[in-house]
Amino acid sequence: MSLATILVPLVVAIPLLGSAITLALGRRTVTQIAVGVASLATVALISATLLVLVDQQGPAVVHVGGWQAPWGIVLVVDRLSALMLLVSAVILLGVLLFAVGQGIIDGDSDTPVSIFHPTYLVLSAGLFNAFIAGDLFNLYVGFEMLLSASYVLLTLGGTGARIRAGVAYIVVSLVSSILFLSSIALIYGATGTVTLALLAERIPALPGDVQGILGLMLLLAFSVKAAVFPLSFWLPDSYPTAPAPVTAVFAGLLTKVGVYAILRTQTLLFPGNPFQVPLLVVAALTMLIGILGALAQADIKRMLSFTLVSHIGYLIFGIAIGTPLALAATIFYVVHHITVQTTLFLSAGLIERVGGTTSLARLGGMLKAAPVVATLFFIGALNLGGIPPFSGFLGKFALFQAGAQLGTPLAWSVIGAGAATSLLTLYALARAWNMAFWRPRREIENYDSPMLDRLTDDPHDDGTVVTKTVSPLMVGATAGLLVLTIGLTVFAGPVFDFAARAAADIEAPSDYIEAVFPGGTP
Amino acid sequence: MSASLTLVLIMAALYATGVYIMLERSLTRVLIGFVLVGNATNLLIFIMSGRPGSSPIITGTSGDADMVDPVPQILMLTAIVINFGVTALILALVYRAWWLAQLGDEGDTLTDEHAAETASSAEQDFRSSADDDAAVRASLDGGDHDDPDDHDDPDDYNPDDDAHDHGAPIRPGNTDAAR
Repeated sequence: MSLATILVPLVVAIPLLGSAITLALGRRTVTQIAVGVASLATVALISATLLVLVDQQGPAVVHVGGWQAPWGIVLVVDRLSALMLLVSAVILLGVLLFAVGQGIIDGDSDTPVSIFHPTYLVLSAGLFNAFIAGDLFNLYVGFEMLLSASYVLLTLGGTGARIRAGVAYIVVSLVSSILFLSSIALIYGATGTVTLALLAERIPALPGDVQGILGLMLLLAFSVKAAVFPLSFWLPDSYPTAPAPVTAVFAGLLTKVGVYAILRTQTLLFPGNPFQVPLLVVAALTMLIGILGALAQADIKRMLSFTLVSHIGYLIFGIAIGTPLALAATIFYVVHHITVQTTLFLSAGLIERVGGTTSLARLGGMLKAAPVVATLFFIGALNLGGIPPFSGFLGKFALFQAGAQLGTPLAWSVIGAGAATSLLTLYALARAWNMAFWRPRREIENYDSPMLDRLTDDPHDDGTVVTKTVSPLMVGATAGLLVLTIGLTVFAGPVFDFAARAAADIEAPSDYIEAVFPGGTP
Repeated sequence: MSASLTLVLIMAALYATGVYIMLERSLTRVLIGFVLVGNATNLLIFIMSGRPGSSPIITGTSGDADMVDPVPQILMLTAIVINFGVTALILALVYRAWWLAQLGDEGDTLTDEHAAETASSAEQDFRSSADDDAAVRASLDGGDHDDPDDHDDPDDYNPDDDAHDHGAPIRPGNTDAAR
């Protein structure tokens, strides 16, 4: 038993154990915080170790309980899984510190911490479980864990707005879960297994139309979770109502699990890219319609939610192209987008604290009032908009390059849509910057600008609330994540090389199958 | 693979009615729809295990070929547990939505209209426990003297009756909770 196989189950076990402990210690906030931070930090360390080990030795496989695949549950960590584990563990840790900072300032009135910590750790465990799942059903269980936790986090406090948003979110998620479970049942009926490594051999042997139905059902189920157009309408209405740290972690990670699942199943189970044309069309529509929605929003959190939808389009674009370069670019872009989107949502949380609102119509003078917050938001915005030399530019450039190599007219038009989306993202974020930060506070009254003419505000906006102070921990956590995005830019070369190796793994999955079935598939 | 036609028909009916009910606006109906669709999915998994056979747990009683495929049963079991948890959560949500619809956000800050009664009954509990102490002490002293806290009929004093007046038996634990 090697070191890697000992470490793999711990990434799920530690957060679950931490969750149990924090639940038992419901009234001891300080101990809860210590346990939460310690478990996520440990998982981050384990993930970093796994990343190095897997990169050197190939995929780490654990047969849970000693039951061999395809009968037992199998956990697999290859390069892609290890990378996703590391990034999500670091992001979860950063957001937890932000939430702790906010909780200390608020005296826990808005976010009941006794529920928050255990739920947050269950969410983490579900995420990690989804990333290391070696069979479809375990992937489903991982999804359900993180979704159930997200239902609780989204409706935290149980105010009217959150229940309203939560109901829509929960019903949509339930439908997609049922779709996922039904497709697992059909896949089992068609192939007699749910182990991914075995399905990789059996699904391509099925008749073409059966393959098509199975692939499309999985794609639909995951697309709802990844918020791919036209299944994305639930997202901008539900995310912004949650507390800022919860929105940040949802935006950064929850949609990306859907993208990860699409990436995994489309490359491993349906080689030959049968859905290329529909995926390309959907990618272009996701980008354009998402960003057009963002342009119409006056509320920064809602605007960021729409940009989140539109940037999922880039990831779908990469998956649709399906060449090793495109997959490497997709993996790089996932990492970039997780960090930068989380940072921006946390910055929006800070803006809300300092300015008392996130509506552009009522914000102003923030540059003077909070220069640090301004810097955090500005660098994040430039990065998301894809200004060189940031990682957003590098990721988009690699994606466009892969699209150009494909060279079909459709691929070129998606590249055009992508470039337009990038510019419009920059416009939306620059407008937010101009209004909230650059505009002097005294000019807010009777301010007349064509940029604000046709904006729609948040329908459930509470108006400007009494501002509370910002704790150093909140700013520190946001700044730490921002440093991470800059680190992605500075070390883009090594990260992209790693993404390329991960892409090569999933593009030619023989190593993956060999690792799960050392003696050949049954 | 063969499957029972009855099961297939039941599954189809559950899916159809479940999806139809889920389209309603009312949350409670959405919940019922979810339960129906969830069970339809469980049936679908079950149908995928193929023809019926002998129990897969007991070895040596029948040939491997006669045993039913155990994997779908495990998947179903897990799915049932997950559906149960989610159903409980939606029920809580339905209750909360109902609460907000009836009382609005202010519902949480409304004063409890029974607060005064609760306080006064707690007061009485304290007083009566003091009475109890006095009565116990009096009986321990063995004296036949009058009850110092002027009960209506000190000779007829019965702790059970006293407890009945206040709707709950008075025990040390109970008064602690009230305190």
